[in-house]
Amino acid sequence: MSDIKTLTELMKELEEQLVVCMRCGMCQSVCPLFAETGRESDVARGKLALLDGLMQEMFKEPKGVYERLNKCLLCGSCADNCPSGVNVLEIFIRARAILTGYMGLPAVKKAILRGMLARPELFDRLVEWGTKFQKFFTKPVNDLIGTSCARFAFPLIGDRHFMPLTPVPFHQITPYLNTAPGGRSGLKVGFYVGCLMDKIFPNIARAIVDVLDYHGVGIFMPEDQGCCGIPAVSSGDMKTFNQLVRHNVEKFEKESFDYLITACATCTSTIKKIWPMMVQDDSRNIRVKVKAIAEKTLDINQFLVSKTGVEEGTPGKDDRAVRVTYHDPCHLKKSLGISDEPRTVVQANPGYRLAEMPEPDRCCGLGGSFNIQYYDISTEIGKRKRDNIASTGCSVVATGCPACMIQLSDVLSKAGDRVMVKHPVEIYADGLKS
Amino acid sequence: MIRKSLLKEFREKVGSENVFTDKADLFTYAYDAAVLDPVLPAAALRPVTSEALSHVVRLCNENRIPLTVRGAGTNLSGGTIPFPDDGVVVLTNTLNRILEINEADMYAVVQPGVVTAKLAAAVEAKGLFYPPDPGSQDVSTLAGNVAENAGGLRGLKYGITRDYVMGIQFFDVNGELVKTGSRTVKCATGYNLGGLMIGSEGTLGIFNEIILKLIPFPASQKAMVAVFDKLDKASETVAGIIASRIVPATLEFMDNFTIRAVEDFSHVGLPTDAAALLLIEFDGHPAPVVEDAEKVESLCRKNGATSVRVAKDASERDSVWAARRSALSALANLKPTLVLEDATVPRSKIPDMVRAMQNIAEEYNISIGTFGHAGDGNLHPTILTDRRDKTEWERVESAIAAIFDRALELGGTLSGEHGTGIAKSAFLEKETGMAAINYSKRVKGALDPNNILNPGKVIGD
Ligand SMILES: Cc1cc2nc3c(=O)[nH]c(=O)nc-3n(C[C@H](O)[C@H](O)[C@H](O)COP(=O)(O)OP(=O)(O)OC[C@H]3O[C@@H](n4cnc5c(N)ncnc54)[C@H](O)[C@@H]3O)c2cc1C
Ligand code: SF4
Ligand code: SF4
Repeated sequence: MSDIKTLTELMKELEEQLVVCMRCGMCQSVCPLFAETGRESDVARGKLALLDGLMQEMFKEPKGVYERLNKCLLCGSCADNCPSGVNVLEIFIRARAILTGYMGLPAVKKAILRGMLARPELFDRLVEWGTKFQKFFTKPVNDLIGTSCARFAFPLIGDRHFMPLTPVPFHQITPYLNTAPGGRSGLKVGFYVGCLMDKIFPNIARAIVDVLDYHGVGIFMPEDQGCCGIPAVSSGDMKTFNQLVRHNVEKFEKESFDYLITACATCTSTIKKIWPMMVQDDSRNIRVKVKAIAEKTLDINQFLVSKTGVEEGTPGKDDRAVRVTYHDPCHLKKSLGISDEPRTVVQANPGYRLAEMPEPDRCCGLGGSFNIQYYDISTEIGKRKRDNIASTGCSVVATGCPACMIQLSDVLSKAGDRVMVKHPVEIYADGLKS
Repeated sequence: MIRKSLLKEFREKVGSENVFTDKADLFTYAYDAAVLDPVLPAAALRPVTSEALSHVVRLCNENRIPLTVRGAGTNLSGGTIPFPDDGVVVLTNTLNRILEINEADMYAVVQPGVVTAKLAAAVEAKGLFYPPDPGSQDVSTLAGNVAENAGGLRGLKYGITRDYVMGIQFFDVNGELVKTGSRTVKCATGYNLGGLMIGSEGTLGIFNEIILKLIPFPASQKAMVAVFDKLDKASETVAGIIASRIVPATLEFMDNFTIRAVEDFSHVGLPTDAAALLLIEFDGHPAPVVEDAEKVESLCRKNGATSVRVAKDASERDSVWAARRSALSALANLKPTLVLEDATVPRSKIPDMVRAMQNIAEEYNISIGTFGHAGDGNLHPTILTDRRDKTEWERVESAIAAIFDRALELGGTLSGEHGTGIAKSAFLEKETGMAAINYSKRVKGALDPNNILNPGKVIGD
């Protein structure tokens, strides 16, 4: 470990952004983590004060600050509500990179991030093995939602009701696509699938291809896509992050297209916001390419509504419509300001009728690796979401992020609810079939 | 530092998971919303029961440990900055239950850490109304409100926190529970100890339960915005409204600096060339609301308003208040440091006060946006600066002193609602004179002989 002086020097890079926080404390009203724990170090104000303290050499060693900084969903609720306009997420992510660079990556994270995630082909193969073995460890618990739980005590699974890995990931069903635009739209998109779509929800990826085909949109989907890098960058592992960004940029530059679309809120906001913000690469070239890709990246719902003209259908008069409620993923609404489009896409299927839940944009509590490190708190946050969903009496909940889908499935399944969790595009695609 | 054996006792009383001694945790209880330097406490304690709270107070007294109780830590006067070296912070945010909402007798009983907006929502669901609405109500605690005697946007018609406190149960410095006030509309027994507790900023007793008055929720509301091209016309309108014996629920003011900041920030269509805006709301039964609104509309026009827009529906009304609510954000976004002052003058002196703010901004060469509760004479001159700029910061400090002087000359007070804390304790004598401070010190000395209850606040050391 280098000396603390070096660290405080590095922290100075955040000074201009840190001074914007006026310690008003208004973030306490929206932070889902603070609502559970009531600890000031869990809310943005506390974390920003700690980073400020680190910068001002108030600490002899950064470990305590680092731990508290990492206990965060990165949901952005604080930033979204901040009267002073503090770029909370940017500060947190940059600070994680600085601190991880200084302290070194913890061994477990290193094994996962550098050993697997940074190497897309190997990652795919390991997941394949995992798929084969998971049936020995787990048993299905909720047939409607499709969750499983552990057959016997297994440390990483605990009492989770998780979405199992799919027997055949999407990249094995459809490894590569390069189709020309059909007559109607004249548009071609790059389709960034994302890990969770590929390995857990290949049916959604399939639905997206169907919907794009239906609208005559050409698709370029390169083989061997890598992770978007969010697990790496949020752990401060810049090496893996940079590697993954470069890998993906190189895959997608092989063909030209009008928009890059993803159906994962987290991937979209990572590519659109975090790639240009964080990528470090000596060749300026990559930064230029990243900027260009980020600018044309769209969430699938946004693409369908604004570029192909998908609009709400009129539900039939008889009351057979399925009642569906919608959960706003933080990475769509708070990060990208997208909340109307997915609702439109859901209602484009006339067989569905939308009923809003209370607090639709309250975080579901997953927060990526937060769920692994702080499963109990994550579950408590998720329970409030579950109660809100249950209060609508809907039989389906839709949401535009596969990570949220996993969390919703877990909390609904644990409560024994008979509520299906779907992606808006799945619902829309169903409507096109009937 | 606190002795290990005492920490052990604290752990026994409040549970070890509720005793924080890690430096990183302590650092997050070293500040509040005032622009002051943080001070690290020696420990932070979080009692989850009244009994534990009582023990904590007693133990602190027995061991001469300075104790600062903290709600949401949003006060603007340094009231929750702990005492250096061995001071502890006591957190109330887990004592957050609404104990009773009595619809028949229209009162609520709450624990100290209940968030203001949560109580307001809970009583509104029953058709009742808890009017005090500080800008921080989404996070501020009711004990914090009582201890600061917080105001809000509705002060003109409905009064402030003080007007809703029917009773307080608090722990004295020995941890004994003192009951004062009652669940009745009237109460004439004993000293009015509750009155002493209101605005006491944690220096005289630690609140355990508060009984708050509720009133019926108003049946209707009407909001309007009046635009003025001259400051004086706006101020005269305020005076005119009061003189004609009409009491709007809210009568808010925004100067040109603030208008431009809000418009740049939220593009709500405010006239950026206007010298001032008045945002006015009436509430109550529909007929008088409509009548008052019409009278005030014509009064505004008669006083030279260039336009008066009456909100036609709920969404227009929301947009009026969204503009007002974004004032602080809009200003906060301009510069790193924001100093929110609240010197208050008799309402007839509002024109002089507004002009004084403009002169002070010019004289000290700093940016001041002024907005606030014109109907209460309570403006918020908001200074925008960068604390790291030493020379400008010195000018800011002089300007603050000048604002205080001017307010006092006009027969006003240093603080309408943000409290004294440590930010204003040095200026208190100017307003009250030494006799009041000495008297207060004797009261404090009698009630808290070891000076452990939030020492250094309000009356200084
Ligand atoms: C954005 C913003 C807007 C604001 N708007 C307004 C406004 O419109 N009007 C207004 O009046 N104020 C306003 N304030 C100031 C502040 O919110 C109020 O003073 C509020 O009452 C403080 O509540 P709190 O829970 O944060 O108390 P804290 O800041 O935690 O504490 C305030 C004082 O109360 C004492 N205290 C807390 N709990 C107890 C207890 N159990 N027993 C005894 N003493 C106790 C503390 O020791 C301290 O001295 C605003 C602040 C901000 C940041
Ligand atoms: S992050 Fe924003 S909301 Fe939170 S304390 Fe700082 S300025 Fe206030
Ligand atoms: S990102 Fe979410 S969890 Fe983290 S501090 Fe902000 S609101 Fe809280």
